Amino acid sequence: MNYNWNWGIFWELSPDASGTYFQTLMNGLGWTLATALVAWVIALILGVVVGTVRTTPIVWAVRLGNAYVELFRNIPLLVQMFLWFFVVPELLPKEMGNWLKQLPNASFWTAVLSLAFFTSARVAEQVRAGIESLPRGQLAAGTALGLTLPQTYRYVLLPMAIRISLPPLTSEFLNIIKNSSVALTIGLMELTARARSMQEFSFQVFEAFSAATLIYLAVNGVIVLLMHGIERKAAVPGYIGDRSRQNHV
Amino acid sequence: MFENFDFDVIARTWQVLIFQGLAFTLQVTVLSMTGGIVLGTLLAMMRLSSIKSMAWLAASYVNLLRSIPLVLVIFWIYFLVPYIGAWVIGSQTPIKVGAFTSALVTFVLFEACYACEIMRAGIKSIPSGQSGAAYALGMTYWQVMGQVVLPQALRNMTPVLLTQTIVLFQDVSLVYIISLPDFVTLASKVAQRDGRLVEMYIFVAVVYFAICLLLSFWVKRLQARTAIVR
Repeated sequence: MNYNWNWGIFWELSPDASGTYFQTLMNGLGWTLATALVAWVIALILGVVVGTVRTTPIVWAVRLGNAYVELFRNIPLLVQMFLWFFVVPELLPKEMGNWLKQLPNASFWTAVLSLAFFTSARVAEQVRAGIESLPRGQLAAGTALGLTLPQTYRYVLLPMAIRISLPPLTSEFLNIIKNSSVALTIGLMELTARARSMQEFSFQVFEAFSAATLIYLAVNGVIVLLMHGIERKAAVPGYIGDRSRQNHV
Repeated sequence: MFENFDFDVIARTWQVLIFQGLAFTLQVTVLSMTGGIVLGTLLAMMRLSSIKSMAWLAASYVNLLRSIPLVLVIFWIYFLVPYIGAWVIGSQTPIKVGAFTSALVTFVLFEACYACEIMRAGIKSIPSGQSGAAYALGMTYWQVMGQVVLPQALRNMTPVLLTQTIVLFQDVSLVYIISLPDFVTLASKVAQRDGRLVEMYIFVAVVYFAICLLLSFWVKRLQARTAIVR
């Protein structure tokens, strides 16, 4: 096999004037994390609201919630990004569309929006499943104590349901980081895009992609550790995930 | 808002987009899901194997591929396969690999990881008494797996595997990044040629939405029908 390995490539200067190739990749990691984190916060808020609404007895709200989830789950993320990036600015009133197109970091905000809506549909599914896994008696007991429906959700159902949905939410968080790489199609210079441009400039294909792979693995590892910590902290005594109980059995 | 909407561009091109682009996407989806389930089942059997090194090997493969983005996997395979091919046939220069083959290899390898996790859950859902009984009857490992455990595991996991197929059908759109002639790539070529991005991308979104919604309703019905049998 004729391939010239050159692991020293990371310390050479890259042509995009931001320093060495290593710094370029780290820059990309920064964009990946920024995109994923901002989108995650929005997705979490939207997802919890939509997921909660879908378990209420309000029929039209349930239908609206279902439609929301189906809409964002059944179109590929790539196509959703194209819709937000190319189509939405054209459909808005002219001034607003132009303002959107001229926004600095337009691809960043578009990526954030599309990732947020795409992921919120998945979060909504997990939250709904979490609420529905609770015994029916909890809702009845809450309202029997004189709590209103919103209060029952706020003080009885959601605190448990969110804890139950923590493990699937962890994997959604990992997914949003991986999915942020799709944003390279609309020109966001995140980690995978940087690895690709490094490959184009230096022809060191495998070094570039190996580095990106290792960075993704490291980020994954850190998040898994962090989320395990949170899961342990949030565990309710007597339920799955409660360490103190496991130790005593 | 829609006063400039040009339906003609869709009328002119939909046949090419559907019968070439969407057909490519569907072909890749069906073939790589089939390959993925076969490879994934083997990986699941390795992961559940009592031979430690086999279990470790399968687990590392699955965890590695599941922690990096599909976009990166597509790039890896796209650049790696020509070199591996050259190494296999002992050629000095990287061999040329067709678009279709490259996409197929990528999605079989990638989908095998997800199919592995699904099949592992499926195999574990079969009571161990069944394989115990089969071994007691004198069956070999492959007979136990092929005739007792796997048929049931596959049946229990069919809805999940079909849902995963819908996800894969959407993921195949990512071959856009290496310009393979799938549905999205062809539509974006028309969009840029005719300056009709709005019409083309809305058309693509509507087609994907309709297909995936129909398929997911069908899977839900199938799930409701097969769920209680056990």
